[in-house]
Amino acid sequence: MLADHHHDHQAVPSDPTLRVKALESLLVEKGLVDPAALDALIDTYEHKVGPRNGARVVARAWIDPAYKQRLLSDATAAIEELGYGGAQGEHMLALENTPQVHNVVVCTLCSCYPWSVLGLPPAWYKSAPYRSRAVIDPRGVLREFGLDLPEDVEVRVWDSTAELRYLVLPERPPGTENFTENQLAALVTRNAMVGVAKVRPPA
Amino acid sequence: MNGVHDMGGMHGLGPIQYEKDEPVFHSRSDALAFALNMATRAARKWNIDAGRHEIELIPAADYLRLSYYEKWTARLEKLLVKTGMVTQDEIVNGRPSPDSNKSTPAVTADQVPRMLRTGALASRNIQIAQLFKIGQQVRARNINPTGHTRLPRYARGKLGEIHLHHGVYVFPDTNAHFLGEKPQHVYSVRFTARELWGSEASPRDAVYIDMWDDYLEPA
Repeated sequence: MLADHHHDHQAVPSDPTLRVKALESLLVEKGLVDPAALDALIDTYEHKVGPRNGARVVARAWIDPAYKQRLLSDATAAIEELGYGGAQGEHMLALENTPQVHNVVVCTLCSCYPWSVLGLPPAWYKSAPYRSRAVIDPRGVLREFGLDLPEDVEVRVWDSTAELRYLVLPERPPGTENFTENQLAALVTRNAMVGVAKVRPPA
Repeated sequence: MNGVHDMGGMHGLGPIQYEKDEPVFHSRSDALAFALNMATRAARKWNIDAGRHEIELIPAADYLRLSYYEKWTARLEKLLVKTGMVTQDEIVNGRPSPDSNKSTPAVTADQVPRMLRTGALASRNIQIAQLFKIGQQVRARNINPTGHTRLPRYARGKLGEIHLHHGVYVFPDTNAHFLGEKPQHVYSVRFTARELWGSEASPRDAVYIDMWDDYLEPA
């Protein structure tokens, strides 16, 4: 809570921390915001909804061909089967990476991202460099992430301009034939599900 | 609007900064900015398109200078004033005016899980003419609206092909300005990298952009 401060100045606080705290205390005092609801919102994305959700979806698709088919034909429903959905996951599409096709996701206009399966987006995804370059130089961007794709691989960039949210289904790495679903899920990274990386074989 | 937010294809915005083991929120104030936006949005005084447009209205130099969540805070202040939830005086003073009515919070802690789990559908289950079909050649319209649009500049006037049909969705260009939902069909449209960026681009690559009927014309 903000300590007593001057009320006679004409501008909002220039310090970003003070500015948001001033807004919080105003909205709480006016009864427009419940502080416990703020904590619940923050806790949800810090501890409950994140890329582990998406990793479970990917692992299931790897071990269950029927599930994979459902994921590719109706991703929203297939993801709901595992108990994920809602805010920024209302309308999902899954994009399958293969040896011939590599999918990568961006939002050039803002920061659209599939929260229900990946949580809130990392800073780089929301940043001007990624948003500006992913569509014009996807191969260069992928190289910066350590992924150098051969010329004969087709790169598909998906610009999230509408309310569709995209989850990349990465290729299952070699050496995982006997892995359980949980072991597979542990290999799947957020970056692979955005399409800026592959899932690496187990060490 | 042809704002700096519409940055697909721009150069000179610097290297991608990758942070290993990045936290969900970098500070308590980032977390607060996020939560305040989410909690007040639940009052339904504005929609997601209006919220996005308010960020686009941040002056270009500020847009590039401010952090992501600083923009969220600035956007929220504007929306709260525009919708009459708070006054500019209250924002400046950081405390309610003496004549301010006490309200009921838009969302309480026990309502948060269901609110997030439910989300908000942008699709509309109505019958409306579908103007384009899968496989059809189309051209993205060369329009330059001064208000909100989700048709990025880099695609305007370009030739593409309808790749997927997503269904009927709220139209952001009107919805952002509270001018109605104007639901219409949305498609994933495939544009080759060479069509967008010229002969130096990869002959194999393509960009898929989600577009509403109003963004397209037959080619």
